[in-house]
Amino acid sequence: MAHAASPLRKKTQTFLFHFLVGASAFLMIYPILWLAASSFKPAEEIWTRVLSLIPQNPTFKNYINGWQGFGGLTFGTFFKNSIIISGLETLFVIISSTIISYGFARISFPGKGLWFSCMLATTMLPDQIKIIPQYIFFGYLGWINTFLPLLVPKLFGEAFFIFMLMQFIRGIPKELDEAAEIDGCGRMYTFTHILLPLLKPPMFTAAIFSFYWSWGDFFKPLIYLNNPKLYTLSVALRSFADPGGMTDWGAIFAMSFLSLVPVLVLFVCFQRYLTEGIASTGLKG
Amino acid sequence: MKSSFPRNRKIRDARDGYAFISLWLIGFFALTLIPLLFSFYLSFTDYDLLTPPVWTGLNNFITMFTKDPRYWKSVFATLYYAVAAVPLRLIVALAIALVLNTNRKGVAVYRALYYAPSIVGSSVAVSVMWRQYFGTEGIFNALLNMLGIPSNISWTGDPRFAIWTLILLAAWQFGSPMLVFLSGLKQIPSELYESASIDGASGIKKFFKITLPLLSPVILFNLIMQMINGFIVFTPALIITNGQPLDTTNFYALYLYKRGFENFQMGYASGMAWILLVVISVFSIFIFKTSSRWVFYETERGR
Repeated sequence: MAHAASPLRKKTQTFLFHFLVGASAFLMIYPILWLAASSFKPAEEIWTRVLSLIPQNPTFKNYINGWQGFGGLTFGTFFKNSIIISGLETLFVIISSTIISYGFARISFPGKGLWFSCMLATTMLPDQIKIIPQYIFFGYLGWINTFLPLLVPKLFGEAFFIFMLMQFIRGIPKELDEAAEIDGCGRMYTFTHILLPLLKPPMFTAAIFSFYWSWGDFFKPLIYLNNPKLYTLSVALRSFADPGGMTDWGAIFAMSFLSLVPVLVLFVCFQRYLTEGIASTGLKG
Repeated sequence: MKSSFPRNRKIRDARDGYAFISLWLIGFFALTLIPLLFSFYLSFTDYDLLTPPVWTGLNNFITMFTKDPRYWKSVFATLYYAVAAVPLRLIVALAIALVLNTNRKGVAVYRALYYAPSIVGSSVAVSVMWRQYFGTEGIFNALLNMLGIPSNISWTGDPRFAIWTLILLAAWQFGSPMLVFLSGLKQIPSELYESASIDGASGIKKFFKITLPLLSPVILFNLIMQMINGFIVFTPALIITNGQPLDTTNFYALYLYKRGFENFQMGYASGMAWILLVVISVFSIFIFKTSSRWVFYETERGR
């Protein structure tokens, strides 16, 4: 029986747990550590001491070389583009999704059920089916090789965030809205002054998710941005690591790792928001 | 006065409701519904973006199904990938979730560490390095050599193994199903296990009689979502193998991209996209419809 286990046995169990779980956790993050370590190794060391996680002669040279980028553009340009796009996308999608979620969660109006089902259905739609007509449409507007095809769609909300915020709004007592209404407040006032302050935490969680997805997005920037000046980090990295092109692996690993740093920092700082967000909504991470 | 008040309220609610969701409605029509219909039309045409679309009837679909061996190859590669990667990922996720479902110290740290690969896994950066792991001089070969198995092949360049490097990358990112399983496990009442223990049930029996049935809705949900994600895998296939060798990793989304945005066959690519949509819908509906047979909903037990 578990209750009767001796202290020694319990200690052994604890040790075994930490040993096994810890060792496999190390294996799990080994590839990431390897990338970080390799980015500080001099060129001749990368492939000769492949498995090692500790550079013998650590160097920053890879970062200096890598930062030079390609085609006369430094990685500064690509970082700037990624920050602008991820920042604005996040701002737009959070504002629009919050407004929309209030309408769906709190107001009953004819047709709501239908529109809600439509929104549910859109979450099942793969990007591939919309990308061709959208590409033609944005091309017609002259938006190819601008950030607009990435930014403008975010003004119309995203189902994932709308659901997430709706769930939270449903948890807020309805009496709060009703009391405000009895006091003569209009809908807009109730929304901005009663609900919005309470919605800050889920909006923050949503913002972290949005930034993180935008930062890693590859498919859309690949299609809409063909001018290297406009490349985001993900598209730039692809060109930078082109198998037919350069083979300065140190520089490639350095820039790859650098592109992950914001995401890793975000994860370390806001780990709880991310893990709880995934656990409660059950969607992809 | 009294009778007109609810009517006024209804009108006001309708006005406010539509005002609040208007942004979504505009987006739905302009960026989803109309593009969907336009794409349906395009799938019956030849369109290269420069000259107007030419109506060709069912030609694209006939080519796809009967004259394009690369199409079928991409279908099978995608199915192979999804059927191997998704269950693998879910099994690992469930196993780790079971191990981490304790109150021991340090569990939060482990959870974060196991989740970390999922945070970066779908990025271009990780795909770039994955290509190197399984290259001739990569860490995988170094590891094999260390274990006494001499190997110097390029795993991403060998038609037999290339797809498995991508499956492994997918399995590595089991973080989000793991978190979902963990929160599902936490919701199982501990009295169930206690009374089962009193009845003398073994750990394995408890897992199959209590844990698995109660977790099945969560497993179902993950199965659907991950399968659909598996069908549209794109970034790693483009970066790591670019569909090579011998088209063994030319996954559906990648082939669609190549047809549409490299060969500018927008009609053909639209047709491919519609087939993908139909398959995804059929899968979702099939799993939802058959779910009642094997999914245990707790609410049903109460009745």
